[in-house]
Amino acid sequence: MMARPPKRSPKAKRRPRARRGKTSTPEVTGQATISVNVTVNGVPVTLEVPAEERLLDTLRYRLRLTGTKEGCGEGECGSCTVYLNGLPVNSCLVPTFQARGAAVQTIESVGPDELQPFLEHGATQCGACTPGVLMTARWVRDHPELLERYSIRELMAGNLCRCTGYDGIADGLAAALGRVPSRT
Amino acid sequence: MTLYRIEGLAKLAGRERYVDDLPLGDFLWGMTVRSAVPRGRIRAIRFGKDVNWHDYVVVDHRDIPGPNEVLLIERDQPVLAADRVRHVHEPVLLVAHASRDAARRAARAVEIVVDPEDPVLDYRRPPRPDQVQYGSDNVFKRITIAKGDVERALANAPVVVEGVYETGAQEHVYLEPQGVVARLDGDVLTVVGSMQCPYYVLTALKHALARDERGLRVVQAPTGGGFGGKEEYPSNVALHAALLSLKSGRTVKIVYDRGEDLAATTKRHPARIRHRTGVAPDGRLLAQDIEILMDGGAYATLSPVVLSRATIHAAGPYRCDHVRVQGRAVLTNAVPFGAFRGFGAPQAQFAAERHMDAIARQLDMDPVELRRINLLRDGDTTPTGQVIRDRVDRIALVERAVDLSDYRTKQRAHAAHNSTNPRTRRGIGVATFYHGVGFTGAGEVKLQSRVWVAGLPDGRVEVRAASVEMGQGTITVFTRIVAERLGLTPGDVVIAEPDTSRVPDSGPTVASRTVMVVGKLVERACDDLRLRLELAREDRGDTLRDAIKAWHRTHRGEALIGEAVYRKPPGIEWDDVRYRGDAYAGFGWGVNVAEVEVDLPTGNARVLDFVAVQDVGTVLAETLARGQVQGGVVQAIGWALTEECRWRDGAMVNNQLTNYVIPTSADVPPIRVAFMETPFEHGPLGAKGLGELPIDGPAPAVLNAVAAATGADPRSIPLTPERLLDLLERAAGVAATVT
Repeated sequence: MMARPPKRSPKAKRRPRARRGKTSTPEVTGQATISVNVTVNGVPVTLEVPAEERLLDTLRYRLRLTGTKEGCGEGECGSCTVYLNGLPVNSCLVPTFQARGAAVQTIESVGPDELQPFLEHGATQCGACTPGVLMTARWVRDHPELLERYSIRELMAGNLCRCTGYDGIADGLAAALGRVPSRT
Repeated sequence: MTLYRIEGLAKLAGRERYVDDLPLGDFLWGMTVRSAVPRGRIRAIRFGKDVNWHDYVVVDHRDIPGPNEVLLIERDQPVLAADRVRHVHEPVLLVAHASRDAARRAARAVEIVVDPEDPVLDYRRPPRPDQVQYGSDNVFKRITIAKGDVERALANAPVVVEGVYETGAQEHVYLEPQGVVARLDGDVLTVVGSMQCPYYVLTALKHALARDERGLRVVQAPTGGGFGGKEEYPSNVALHAALLSLKSGRTVKIVYDRGEDLAATTKRHPARIRHRTGVAPDGRLLAQDIEILMDGGAYATLSPVVLSRATIHAAGPYRCDHVRVQGRAVLTNAVPFGAFRGFGAPQAQFAAERHMDAIARQLDMDPVELRRINLLRDGDTTPTGQVIRDRVDRIALVERAVDLSDYRTKQRAHAAHNSTNPRTRRGIGVATFYHGVGFTGAGEVKLQSRVWVAGLPDGRVEVRAASVEMGQGTITVFTRIVAERLGLTPGDVVIAEPDTSRVPDSGPTVASRTVMVVGKLVERACDDLRLRLELAREDRGDTLRDAIKAWHRTHRGEALIGEAVYRKPPGIEWDDVRYRGDAYAGFGWGVNVAEVEVDLPTGNARVLDFVAVQDVGTVLAETLARGQVQGGVVQAIGWALTEECRWRDGAMVNNQLTNYVIPTSADVPPIRVAFMETPFEHGPLGAKGLGELPIDGPAPAVLNAVAAATGADPRSIPLTPERLLDLLERAAGVAATVT
């Protein structure tokens, strides 16, 4: 079926024509920016960011640390997990100005040795949730006392994964902890 | 060989660059303005006064150079609605701006004024004349499969068991939302995006942009999950980004946020399926009469072929001489439904497998025994008349699953538990199922897929195919196939980025076809490469590498390419008019056993243990294959128990991961997986496809377990705690009335 000729009100016909060619990138909101000093993966940086800017966007679009992913934008999926002063947080829920003076660590700070058990146990498939999973897993690994009260599956429940069914992740973390996974 | 995921370390380290991670320099963010009403005529489009529209690129249907059609099976879906809308969230207008926030605010400042018309919002009700929007009755597709004489066999059957089953829509929830970047490289419009089918996107662009193939290039970026959701939908996003890019001359990026992705993109088709089954007192199936009704949503998308797969799988993996399956996919004014892992087979087999348990209950038979009696054996025929002759021991699969799950022991333990525990009920349920691999019927012949294996000047070989990696393991499995065929190490094998300017069309990355169909082409292209080098079959490894290097020394600047084009396996015949013959070149077979515990006060059903046994031929990468099964099972458990799309005016209103509930690691047990490997003669190294089979069985297995635990008879999913409580209260009410 072909598109029929448009029927529009005169008002719609007066629709403004979009400008072609180069447009500037003005901060159209006109809001004041805030100066933020923050240490990211051990490197101190100073940023001028709008008040409403999310830490996730600062990391991804300003600092080009694109390992941190956006999965839902509302703190539900955990794909954007980073450390803020040593605690795992959903960076989509943190305004960047709140990270003033803080130390932020992202997936880019994780060394290759930490990754191997997760590779061997199939912890990653599509990879979109993976950096967030790895950040939470590292936190569990650094706080083994948690495992006295909670299971690996409970501790990892803040990171949604749609590919693995979680076995690869749970087994990978168990191996990283030096525990024998349920199966290899 | 132990082969880990080739791109695994890059993904684990966060180094993989998805579409939203690509450095673009100067670019615009594109946003989509959508309809707020399900059906009507567009009367006006009003642009908010608070926006300085001169700063924006704005595109509507008049900017489309070619036909305003998203080319797929039908041409009914416009790229941008022109004079009428047919569903909520239908794209009408596009805006772009360098600031994402500004683009988003501008999109919200546009008002689309629509004179509403009466929408169809319940697919189960026949439309009134003024609601007809497709053909004479809103039916996108009708399919009938007939074998034997169902009416007579039903009339003569000693027992007839009837049941109606319903399945809800399911959202894919790939963790990476839809996203595309479009840019002009000179005269070439390049589209890079998250997608399963680069050549589908290319075809759609060619059509609507009226652009020559030489002026188009489609590149798949690493894709963060697809599950079918990135089969046909990315064509829409790509067209939108392309239109904005063509109009502005700039690079344009469209990346949906989760709310938009959940609300506006396709989902699994809701279905209602009616079974009428004649059975002998000993449990033999004598006649199966099945009606399938599917909600297609507002445009045809892939509904006709989803319906096709549903009808072919509807009778389950059983022997029966008299079968009739009648399927219909109908239009509603809902956001269009589309491809989702399993492609109709999960809905069909949910009904078939719940119905098998209903039959077992009526005959007072053990559900496992009922299946054992009826399972297809080699030499039996399916409803389309396809003779099964693949040497898979389906009875052994059942026995393995029964053993691994301690089915009998647990049944006894549950009886004891249920008679003493005041709060919880436990039960165990089984499902047996199958999944046809590759395109249905003559589909693969029509596709004529093509693969190249190139010998590179440094002696390595490169696979050039359009089949994408989206987490399921294409890169790793192709690497293994080439390495084995040519005696190379995995490091000697390169898998080309799917880029339509340098890879041939190996077909879409769908239908569990990548290993079995495309993998076989990879194998044959390896052989062709060897032939071009005038090498013998035994010439492998170093001999081959040296020959490649030597060839390049004498053919400077030339390409050394082995090629393979799809060839139908011998003896496969399909009649698309009568729906008779060999529907698929091969089937994967599965048995699931689920153990559940139901909390009576809350109605919450929890899976305690899950065993998945399957035969998909030779397993090519064990860790990856196991992960595919585990992921498919958990996705299906979500569909069965918690994943509920709530609707208003045909659109999902719970479009947030906060209230569309997919399983977390704490919600599911370890999924115990076992493969039985009967080599498949037409697959590479004996392999068949695996991607979709795992999602066919878990929903009925879990509901059968709930039925066993509680005595209830749940017939629709998702079986949320609220629904299960209703069922339990009704059952208790009936019991109270009886006593």
